[in-house]
Amino acid sequence: MAMTMHCDIVSAEKSIFSGLVEMVVAAGSLGDLGIAPGHAPLLTALIPGPVKLVLQGGEEEIFYVSGGFLEVQRGVVTLLSDTALRADDLDEAAAQQAMEDAEKAIVNQGAEFDYSIAAAQLAEAAAQLRALRKLRK
Amino acid sequence: MAGGKEIRTKISSIKSTQSLTGAMEMVAASKMRKAQERMILGKPYAHRIRSVIGHIANATPEYRHTYFDTRDVKRVGYIIVSSDRGLCGGLNINVFKAAVSSMKEFNDSGVEIDFCVIGKKAARFFNNYGGNVVAAVDSIGDAPKVADVIGSVRVMLEKFDNNEIDQLMIVSNTFINTMTQQPTIEQLLPLLPSEDEDMQHHWDYLYEPDAKELLDGLLLRYIESQVFQAVVENNACEQAARMVAMKSATDNAGDIIEDLELIYNKARQAAITQELSEIAGGAAAV
Repeated sequence: MAMTMHCDIVSAEKSIFSGLVEMVVAAGSLGDLGIAPGHAPLLTALIPGPVKLVLQGGEEEIFYVSGGFLEVQRGVVTLLSDTALRADDLDEAAAQQAMEDAEKAIVNQGAEFDYSIAAAQLAEAAAQLRALRKLRK
Repeated sequence: MAGGKEIRTKISSIKSTQSLTGAMEMVAASKMRKAQERMILGKPYAHRIRSVIGHIANATPEYRHTYFDTRDVKRVGYIIVSSDRGLCGGLNINVFKAAVSSMKEFNDSGVEIDFCVIGKKAARFFNNYGGNVVAAVDSIGDAPKVADVIGSVRVMLEKFDNNEIDQLMIVSNTFINTMTQQPTIEQLLPLLPSEDEDMQHHWDYLYEPDAKELLDGLLLRYIESQVFQAVVENNACEQAARMVAMKSATDNAGDIIEDLELIYNKARQAAITQELSEIAGGAAAV
């Protein structure tokens, strides 16, 4: 039987894959790389692209990662996958949005929220409680 | 004594409130389970990335990232994580109290503060409180995505890079168990040295392209994942707190209904007795 190593693909939101593999092929920032068991410790950035895993027994499985990092340690390969599309201008746009939201939040301070119905019900219940107290006296 | 009909109306309206809070409790319970799962799923990533950062930081001492440097604190950034919705007990207020008391120390020593607020409740509170809110995110929903926090984190990191703030803190709830949520304040930047065992290892990676670029990218993702984890955890806390609050509301409604029913029965009996005595009195008069 072929040699295997442990492979984890994790993202900040969930664990995508965990198991034994014979080989990992990923798109590194300097080119595609194939990692077989016994590879030297390595750390590289990944560009968006497919990651091919050769599972134990020769079956293949392909995942898509939108970038991230790949770490190889003795017998363990870890892919820290990004979940969001990353690009500098996209990040900048998100930052801009966050700042605009901050200004907006200042303007609509009195905005009502969709729990208002529930809050009204609660106020009613409190009024009932007060009524009950009076009733008891 | 109030009439029987009024009491009946009250009982039925409290019953409808009770079924509402009961439903909210059950919804919160099922959401809490999912939120807890999400919280657990994100942990390996944060742990991994932390150990890799620790390793690069140790392996390439000639490149020291500014995130590791402690500076004189003139201005502090606070990221406040709160919920969008209310009806979850003292959850948000506890966080705000913790934040305000920690800010007081900075205020007393003349340090100014910038806020990044996550969640509608924090946006509201800190606008009224009168802070300098520089970034806001809300309506993240029950299934937060990393993309939701990227923008606001970037605003704060840019401020740190440009020396506009010298320290970055995050305030959020920690999920201890269903009954207990603890507001916690953690320092994100500068990075505190960790006593992680991973940092003590002395073997080296091959780096592609080079350690500096990797470290920059990893640190950004590390901070993002920390904020994201805080948001996810706060969401689990919110659901747990809401579940508990709604449970006690349901129980209280039950108590009130019991009391009201007792009063109703008494009123009914009093009315019957009165009628009987009136009839008896009438018969005696004839």
